[in-house]
Amino acid sequence: MTDATFAATPPGATSRRLREFARNFGPVVTVIAALIGLWYLACIPMNAQNSLLLAEREGIAVSPATAAERRDVGGIALAFATPDQALARAFDQDRPRLPTPHQVVTELWDTIVGQKITSKRSLVWHAGITLAPTLLGFLIGSIAGIALAVGIVHSRVMDLSVMPWAIASQTIPILAIAPMIIVVLNSIGIQGVLPKAIISAYLSFFPVTVGMVKGLRAASPSDLDLMRTWNASGLRTLLSLRLPMSLPYLFASLKIAVAAALVGAIVGELPTGAVSGLGARLLAGSYYGQTVQIWSALFGAAIVAALLVAVIAAVERFTLRRMGLA
Amino acid sequence: MSSSADRTRRINDWILGLEALRWLLGAVAVISLGALLFWQVSLLLAIWLGLWAANIGLARTPMARIASPILFGLTLLILWEMACRLFAIPTVILPAPTQIAAAFATNLPTLWADFVQTVLKGALGGWIIGCTAAIATALLVARSDFLRRGLLPVGSFMAALPIVGTAPILVMWFGFGWESKAAVVVVMVFFPVLVNTVAGLSDTTAMQRDLMRTYGASAGQELRFLRLQAALPFIFNGLKIATTLALIGAIVAEFFGSPTLGMGFRISTEVGRLNLPMVWASIVVAALAGSLSYGAIALLEKRLTFWHPSQRGRA
Repeated sequence: MTDATFAATPPGATSRRLREFARNFGPVVTVIAALIGLWYLACIPMNAQNSLLLAEREGIAVSPATAAERRDVGGIALAFATPDQALARAFDQDRPRLPTPHQVVTELWDTIVGQKITSKRSLVWHAGITLAPTLLGFLIGSIAGIALAVGIVHSRVMDLSVMPWAIASQTIPILAIAPMIIVVLNSIGIQGVLPKAIISAYLSFFPVTVGMVKGLRAASPSDLDLMRTWNASGLRTLLSLRLPMSLPYLFASLKIAVAAALVGAIVGELPTGAVSGLGARLLAGSYYGQTVQIWSALFGAAIVAALLVAVIAAVERFTLRRMGLA
Repeated sequence: MSSSADRTRRINDWILGLEALRWLLGAVAVISLGALLFWQVSLLLAIWLGLWAANIGLARTPMARIASPILFGLTLLILWEMACRLFAIPTVILPAPTQIAAAFATNLPTLWADFVQTVLKGALGGWIIGCTAAIATALLVARSDFLRRGLLPVGSFMAALPIVGTAPILVMWFGFGWESKAAVVVVMVFFPVLVNTVAGLSDTTAMQRDLMRTYGASAGQELRFLRLQAALPFIFNGLKIATTLALIGAIVAEFFGSPTLGMGFRISTEVGRLNLPMVWASIVVAALAGSLSYGAIALLEKRLTFWHPSQRGRA
């Protein structure tokens, strides 16, 4: 038997791989396609007011003849009253109420690829501004969360007294306090990345704490007993048994934490007067009615969130495989 | 039997004693260090140590589960108040708890109006619509394996997105009233509840489904007596996430435009006037609303899913 015959793929392998691929991604692709279809469909009634206004200005007869008459009519009724105009003009307006997917993608392409990264019109530049407090806050929050979890696992008093407050702290809408934190820290001379990072840290510490408390307690009693028979100190048990055992839990909660940190950084940008960053793009867009800009900032934020989660997932896969856990 | 329980308790006491000793030694060292720098710091540390020691003592009593966190909260409040007074922290940076309480008491009507606008109309309205829609969608989706496998990844992706960002868009669509806040809340709570419910509805074993079939259960009966029951812990998990998200959504949406009342409006305007005690009073209202609604859901969960291991563990 030569190497060539060994390496040859067995018959049907390609088609099986294709089928597997279709089985895994077929449903997802279908759902996404359906969502995009719904989106295009929704554009017709959402933009009907404006479509008919544009048509009227060009002298085309529309069914409720004046804008004043149309104002209180619903979008769906308008679209059915003058279907051809509503349909023809729904998808390429300058300031639509609901931009179409291709408008958003075009805007994204223009602002990500079409601009120099250092330009203030580049979405990459704004995403970078938002990314700095996100990552700093994520770092602070994760370290604080892990430290708190270690304390809670090792001290019964902390478990009893701190854990309920850690849970209660999350029922407080911290994002509501975000403007105050920014303004107050600004008044004592702290500005820039740190105030936003604090908000991100506050949002990201809780998932890490909860996940790590669960993870640090995931070691089985027999493993803990084994450590005790080896006369291992508490620190040694933590380093050699509890921390390695907690890694799957840690990564699961880090993924939640990094998404929360991004939300914190975006909201933290709102009260500083919308200078730069993804949150600023959102606010500026809403001030000036630039709907396409809002949507592209929103999708920019979604892409950043997806990338951050993907990075952590990659680190997770690598680490767990090296440790033989996955 | 009781002797073994006794011994466990004695060992626990001993461990707690050891812990107390370690804390004591550490704290004495820190306090003497602090006394060298500032007498205020050492006073604060001494009081903190005293209350922490009291908490360690309290942790041994049967009522520890309730008393311990209360004492910890009181400790934080006392330290906060003392820090504000000892270091003469200006009100515009951090008001003392007593100042916040005073602002709370004098502005009750305003705070109540804000509460009605933001929590009862915006957050609660949106929460009910969003959760109902999500659970209804989940019931439909769970019937088809294809839809379930397609929607779960998309849904969990959407749940991780900064949905708060849709607030300016929805405020633009639905106006400045509470309707736009409810809309933001609907969008925010929909996906976490949907993902959790779909995951819960498929959390039955083949054995359980076979058992239902041997009973001759119809699809509706299987849903009602098996799948929904099995999904309840997941649904409650989603509902809990949704309660905190609902408050955040309703308040943050007010930053993008609101009538002249509402908690988000109050916070942003009073920050502008540097009236920090009032801001903190609004935050207290938000915290109370958040904790109480979370507690209500948790209580309901305890009543309805008493059979679940996570509920049985602690009576």
